[in-house]
This record gives sequence, C-alpha cells and structure tokens, in this order.
Amino acid sequence: MTQPAPPMGLIAELTHRCPLQCAYCSNPLQMDAPKTELSTDDWRHVLDQAAAIGILQVHFSGGEPMARRDLPELVAHASRAGLYTNIITSGVLLTDEAMAALLAGGIDHIQLSFQDATHDGGDRFGGYRGGHEKKLAAARRIREAGLPLTANFVIHKQNIERVEAMIALGETLEAERMEIAHTQYYGWALLNRNALLPSREQLDYVNAVVEAARARLKGRIAIDYVVPDYYASRPKACMGGWGNRFINISPSGKTLPCHAAETLPGFTFPSVRETSLRDIWQASDAFTRFRGTDWMPEPCRACDRREIDWGGCRCQALAMTGDVGRTDPACHRAPDHDLMAQAVVEADAETVLDLVPRRLHQAAHD
Amino acid sequence: MTTESAVPAFRRGAKFRFDAVRDAWVLLAPEKLFMPDEIAVEILKLIDGTRSIDAIVDDLAARFEAPRDMIATDVVAALEDLATRGTLTLAEPS
Repeated sequence: MTQPAPPMGLIAELTHRCPLQCAYCSNPLQMDAPKTELSTDDWRHVLDQAAAIGILQVHFSGGEPMARRDLPELVAHASRAGLYTNIITSGVLLTDEAMAALLAGGIDHIQLSFQDATHDGGDRFGGYRGGHEKKLAAARRIREAGLPLTANFVIHKQNIERVEAMIALGETLEAERMEIAHTQYYGWALLNRNALLPSREQLDYVNAVVEAARARLKGRIAIDYVVPDYYASRPKACMGGWGNRFINISPSGKTLPCHAAETLPGFTFPSVRETSLRDIWQASDAFTRFRGTDWMPEPCRACDRREIDWGGCRCQALAMTGDVGRTDPACHRAPDHDLMAQAVVEADAETVLDLVPRRLHQAAHD
Repeated sequence: MTTESAVPAFRRGAKFRFDAVRDAWVLLAPEKLFMPDEIAVEILKLIDGTRSIDAIVDDLAARFEAPRDMIATDVVAALEDLATRGTLTLAEPS
C-alpha cells in the first residue's frame, strides 16, 4: 500500500472541562476525566510530531481550551514549530491577561462561539449566566488585539428565528468570518435531537436569510453555512474523508479520525502516549479502516461522487442504521435515506423542548 | 468590479508560506487552507500590500510567454476568488 498524503490539520481537544452546558455539544456523552488529561509536555511532544509529519494548522479545542492554564505555552510552542494556531473557544475565560498571553504566544486566529443573538437566549442555551456579555467583551478584545475573528453561531429549532439578528451581531463585532452552523447531531445533540432539529419551514427561512446576507457582505465577511444532513440530498465529506485530512486528539490522548469516532464499536484508538503520530496516521487500523474507497459498500462503490464525499459520515451511519459500514443515510442514493425524513417527522411532532444539559460528571441517562 | 489599479493585500490571519514536507507553497487562513497551483503561487509571491494588480501583471508578463491581456484576466479572476473566500483585500487607491 502506498503511503497516505500527509495530514493537514490537528484538532487538539485539550480538555473536556467547560464552564458552559450547551445541550448540543459535540463532545461524547462519556467525557475524559480531568485527571486523565495529557500533560503540557505530552502536548509539546505531540505538536512537534504534528509539524514533522506535515500538519499545517492546529485547532485548540475542547471542552473549553482556555480552561487549560498552559494554553498560551502550547500556542507558543505550536507557533515556534511553524504551525498555524487557532483557538475554538466560548470566550468566557478570555480576560485581558489571557489575551495578552495568547498574543505573546503568536496566536493566529480565534473562533468565538455564540449561543444566540441575545443575552437571554445566549445565557439560557449556554447554561451560564452572564456568559453572553463576556462573549461580547471577548470579541472586542480579539478585535482590539488586531486578530481576525470568526463568530460562530450554532442554530437549532429554539433560536433559529433570530438568525438575522445573529448576522447583524457578527457585523457589529466586525468579524472577518461568520459560521452559521446548524447543530450537528452527534453526542449530546443527538440525545437532544427532537428538541433541536428545525422544521422544513425554519430551514427555508434560514437558507433565504443566509443567501441574502452573503450577497450583501460579499468580499467583506465570508459566511460559512451548510444545510443540516437531515434535509440534505448529498452527504457531507465528513472531516474531508476518513483519515484523509485531520487527526483529532482527545484530552486523554486518544487519536480519532473525527471527534465523534469514540461512539464507533470495535475500534481501538491508539494513544499518543504509546504510539507515534506518524505510525498512527500511516498504519493504524483506526485511521486506515475507512480511508479511501476500498471499504465502500454499494451504492458508494460505483458512485461518481465517491472521492468527493467519501461515503459521508461513519458515525452518522452507525447512529442511524446501526451499521458503521453502510452508506451515510444523508445521501439520497442510500438505502436508508428515509430514516432522515422520519427523524424530521419525529422532531416536528415533539412539543416538549426540554434539553439535557451537557455535564462532565453526570451520565446522560440519569 | 476590480480594476487593475487595485492593490491586493493579505488579510489578517492569512499566511502564505513554503511547506518543506510537501515541497509546496501553501496559503493558510482562519480555518481554511489552500494549495495554490503554480500560476497562483507566482501571483501570491508578488503580493506585498503596496504593489497594484497592474504592476503584478507587468511583472508576470515580463517573465512568462503569454499575452498581457490574458495574464491580466487570469490574475484578476484568481485574486477575486481569494478575496471572496476571505483571504485577501483588493483596495482601490484613494
């Protein structure tokens, strides 16, 4: 077998700790305990290896990456290794001191998440009183520091009618990029799907709003927007293909082809404590099993889009069909495509909108 | 409409650099990454925040065997594409 091309990006989930409790968090229901987290030295070693095997960008994520006190040191280390550094944060811990330390470390970009356009909605969906105000302050600090800002708005059934106000907020904050991100239904979001999945009418509304905003803001603010899988006719190329572009590392050091992969049965995800990143990328079962097209069933195998969407998402195939090796049901050619429409009908019928908040120390089924 | 007097500049957060592992130039931007083709690499190397599109086209026309008009069309198209994706600004001189 020929060697795979080098990976492009490293998603470093530094911790699963987070001050927020978003019910659509993409972290697994079973989170890594704080005492299992990799040390600063472990991460330094990982970053050096990442640069050596061709990774170009590192995305510090979580949980809340700023809950790790060594984040500025890790940013500085990554920067010295030549990596482009990005932080994906809720912003509630981004004080003046933290901002200064990150700048000194050479941070290249910060993505700041918002739960809503309003204080009331933001604090409620984030489960953190005063959080929205802190995010606004964080956005100002990022701009004052001269850094580019991406404002990320996660949308769902319960806040989608404020999408215009979200885009207006992003403009006010002078974001360079905006992401209008439909909730991705993995982890906590899958658990809460019936209270989150928007209706067809809501989706049509947001599609029209985003299209108009894109035209208006062209060349000034780029808006990333993807229709949710449940309404799509084609699957997304999850992570740009399995083991094709990204390595995700969990707080305890497990390497995953995507952040949700721990839900997949029958896998051993190698740890950076025991195996080199190069070996993991090139030879591990976890990264090679669904790489490329050899593993594909029909209709993927004969499909002219097999190297565009790479068969879609393995975690979604498992969650929806019970079989990790089937075609992603988001695809209109998939034998299980009707399951997506069924989920929409179920969510439409749901009148109770209670959400199970994400918590580190409470099993989801309590 | 972009004119040839516009001055392209990389936006904050965009980094154009050589990657030794791939032996290729890469354009890194906020949560985006581009592998420019050979022609785009030659264009991007000439962006310094002061040089106009006109000057970039002159430079390329002097080095490559192609009609100046054709080069100009290609350069404007490539820069407009990257501007739309948020990696460049194309400022008209005031």
